[in-house]
Amino acid sequence: MKNFMMLFHSEPNPDFNPTPDQIQNEIKAWQDWMEGIGAQGKLKNPGEALGFEGKTMHTDGSITDGPYAEVKEIVGGFMIVSADSIEEAIQLSNGCPALSSGGKVEVRDIMVFDEM
Amino acid sequence: MDDEQLSEIFKSEYSNLIAVLSNYYGLTDLQLAEDIVSDTFLKAMKSWSHKGIPKFPKAWLRKVAQNLLNEHHRRKKIYDEKITPEIRAKNHQINFIEITDKIIEDSQLQMIFVLCDPDLNRESQLCLALRILCGFSIEEIARALLSNKETINKKIYRAKKVIKERDRIETNLTSDQYISRLDNVLRVIYLIFNEGYYSSVDEENIRHEICWEAMRLGLFLSEQKKFPKQKIYALIALMCFHTSRIDARTSGENGDLLYQEQDKRKWNKNLIQKGSKYLNLSAVGNVVTKYHLEAAIAYWHTKETKEKWNNILQLYNKLLTIEYSPIIAMNRTYALAQANSIDEAIQEAHKLELKDNHHYFCLLAELYRMHNNINKEIEYLNKAIEFANKKNEKELINDRLEKARR
Repeated sequence: MKNFMMLFHSEPNPDFNPTPDQIQNEIKAWQDWMEGIGAQGKLKNPGEALGFEGKTMHTDGSITDGPYAEVKEIVGGFMIVSADSIEEAIQLSNGCPALSSGGKVEVRDIMVFDEM
Repeated sequence: MDDEQLSEIFKSEYSNLIAVLSNYYGLTDLQLAEDIVSDTFLKAMKSWSHKGIPKFPKAWLRKVAQNLLNEHHRRKKIYDEKITPEIRAKNHQINFIEITDKIIEDSQLQMIFVLCDPDLNRESQLCLALRILCGFSIEEIARALLSNKETINKKIYRAKKVIKERDRIETNLTSDQYISRLDNVLRVIYLIFNEGYYSSVDEENIRHEICWEAMRLGLFLSEQKKFPKQKIYALIALMCFHTSRIDARTSGENGDLLYQEQDKRKWNKNLIQKGSKYLNLSAVGNVVTKYHLEAAIAYWHTKETKEKWNNILQLYNKLLTIEYSPIIAMNRTYALAQANSIDEAIQEAHKLELKDNHHYFCLLAELYRMHNNINKEIEYLNKAIEFANKKNEKELINDRLEKARR
């Protein structure tokens, strides 16, 4: 089993005023999906949700607001799962609520350095 | 924590937080208060999705809302100091304290009185109260008031503007001011309730929720020491009696069932008892308001005794002397038919001459039906159809026409 990081990309929508029911549905969708992975014993770390504010330090020491060139590329959160292969890991992202709201899920392998 | 509790928390904290932001921290800008609360909810949605629901969700929401307000003031200060130094805004000295239930309760009370501003028209008060006090979404309000999102948005926008133009929210109403505004507040609660009870929207849960919210506000007011209680109790009694019939009323396959068509076993006995309790409490002293009379009428409607209709008739007579309305006059005429005679009621009904009201023609048709005069019944039902403007009302009248022709 290897560990993989799932990165959730989504686009911020400042005009979104969710109703209590929408909020509740969203929370439930995420928790159901995450619990599904947890139930298979493959959820290593539930990760964190990230805000939409950010700053970036560049090589020349300059600092700019916002970490990104492209709004759609914003990482809104991450978590860590374990799987036998990256193919299996990407299959775990099936049903992730980020996908149903126009976002996407990126899976990356976490490198392990033995004998260090 | 189950889903229902969670939804409940969001709904109640919506109005709690707006009340606290506006009253305790002095925001007259309701839009800003709403934006902060929306942001708070968005943060909760993201964070709770990942990390699960915190142990104390209310405290979490309150803390985040405070932080967001703090952030807003920090940015505003930069704007004020660097960009408009000459207009230096009033020095907002804000002390952040723990938001307790006591602060919330005081703020809620204040908010009710601010929103029931006599300068706002009825419709705006109603929309604003449903949004800010009861936490309904714009879509839900539009559905309940048979309107559309744009219209409701405009109404709320204008109402907020009126409140914003006040220099600040009046945080220290004197007890006289409270008492003099109480009538208006009760009227708004009564309107909220009627909207839930009589609206022709199919969605039962919205309608029921609106009724329960009106009752919650009524009970909340009745717990406040500063008010004379009789009127409040009378309004609560009225709402209890009506609500006791709401399940029986909405159980028809084609829209709402009329009083005489309802299955009396479906009436909620518990609520009838509560209503009686509050009606007794309201009778202390010598204040008689229209809520007292309407509650008493509703009480007699839950009974099946000989003196029922005669009592209802007397109560309608008194109600007409307090406040004339065509609806009350028509209801009185129907009571007259039941208590005295149908002939007398028909005579009285013709005197009313409400020439463009379809309810009026329905009443005449009903009286002639009771009199076994089918031709006249059909004649008036046809007239009623002419003046009915809602689809479901036309359908109801059509049903009656079909029955009459059989």
